[in-house]
Amino acid sequence: MPIIASTVAEAVAGIRDNSTVMIGGFGNAGQPMELIDALLGGGATGLTVVNNNAGQGDAGLALLIKERRVAKIICSFPRQSDSWHFDAAYRAGEIELELVPQGTLAERIRAAGAGIGGFFTPTGYGTLLSEGKETRVIDGRGHVYETPIHADYALIKAHTADRAGNLIYRKTARNFGPIMATAASITIVQVSNIVATGDLDPEVIVTPCIYVNTIVRVPAPTPTLAEYEVNQ
Amino acid sequence: MNRLPSTSPEPGARPGPEARLNREDLARLVAADIKSGSYVNLGIGQPTLVSNYLRPEQAVTLHTENGMLGMGPEAHGADIDEDLINAGKVPVTELPGASYFHHADSFAMMRGGHLDVCVLGAFQVSATGDLANWHTGAPDAIPAVGGAMDLATGAKDVYVMMNLFAKDGTAKLVPTCTYPLTGVGCVTRIYTPEAVFLLTEDGIRVRETFGITLAGLQGRVKVELLPPLALRKVARTAN
Repeated sequence: MPIIASTVAEAVAGIRDNSTVMIGGFGNAGQPMELIDALLGGGATGLTVVNNNAGQGDAGLALLIKERRVAKIICSFPRQSDSWHFDAAYRAGEIELELVPQGTLAERIRAAGAGIGGFFTPTGYGTLLSEGKETRVIDGRGHVYETPIHADYALIKAHTADRAGNLIYRKTARNFGPIMATAASITIVQVSNIVATGDLDPEVIVTPCIYVNTIVRVPAPTPTLAEYEVNQ
Repeated sequence: MNRLPSTSPEPGARPGPEARLNREDLARLVAADIKSGSYVNLGIGQPTLVSNYLRPEQAVTLHTENGMLGMGPEAHGADIDEDLINAGKVPVTELPGASYFHHADSFAMMRGGHLDVCVLGAFQVSATGDLANWHTGAPDAIPAVGGAMDLATGAKDVYVMMNLFAKDGTAKLVPTCTYPLTGVGCVTRIYTPEAVFLLTEDGIRVRETFGITLAGLQGRVKVELLPPLALRKVARTAN
């Protein structure tokens, strides 16, 4: 049974310096913002972070990078119009970047969770991102060998958990959540709702509870009056 | 006149051969060329415009790399949902029959050859269909690749939409790419304001030109161009 933490700080309290931490989300969808804030508040440093991006604006992962708590980032798309904290750290030589094609990033995470020792993929063959890697021609097509990515922790966001730890997601906020949950030693999930075990239809569960260690409820923000009026 | 008989279902919908196409007309042309019932991924930027010109009767299903099939138009006002965005992180809507899946499934869909067409932008395309669209290679550039390599490698057909000429006037259709590659030999068609090119086993064949003669085009592009095939049916299946 998972731990149901009462606060996000409690949920991430075990994360030590130099840990590898996967963080879910694509843009803001599925980004466990409150868990990242708690990681920022907790002080762990020298982190290796696995995320699709390298932080946006002045929130979440961007602040972890601004505070120089991230030694290395493994991602597919670090450069965005609002990735100024990453850009500054990178240009100062204060963060290591491992750039991975997005599908290869996802599959390396999936491989770790599935106990696969790597795989050959055609993606990236003949490009800068395959330099120095083992290659093989399979059915007449060049492939590149890619290794699994394991993590000590995964911080992800789901929509609803039951008390057993089964998860369902919402729309495109699912993205990296289900695969990161499988690839980390400890998976910590923030959810909008926690329901009784048995209240989720077993046919629709996306992440089975075996992958989940800690759950914390972070209610979805209440719309401001202005947003409420727009929605009427 | 090098332009072939119109292949558009609405011949009056785009300008005649006397003018180069603007962005909207180019998007309309790409949209008209996508076969009915196709599963399609539109890259960020100019390719996204294509969605504005897909007709409902084409029954095209749009894929977005962040885990969705059946993506609808951009969301506005009360329809905006922060959990429902496209690859460019723009709020979108879902259409009936939509489905959601995680990232490994989304890219397995690409890599596994299940998408019929992807439309991408480009810095350069080579004579043999190599694509360069992710990195200028400049020493101070911060590289970002996203899903470009996966799309270029995985889709059955890779259509590039780009300006044929860079700001300095040099052609972006080149004998060999000088920018770092995204994929090798992956591009099947190139749509530009001046011409549509089909990358065939015989070489690069011009399908049609806009506001320029074939000779004029050849004079500005350093790769050998094959003339349009005379018959529309042959031209349409040459690729």
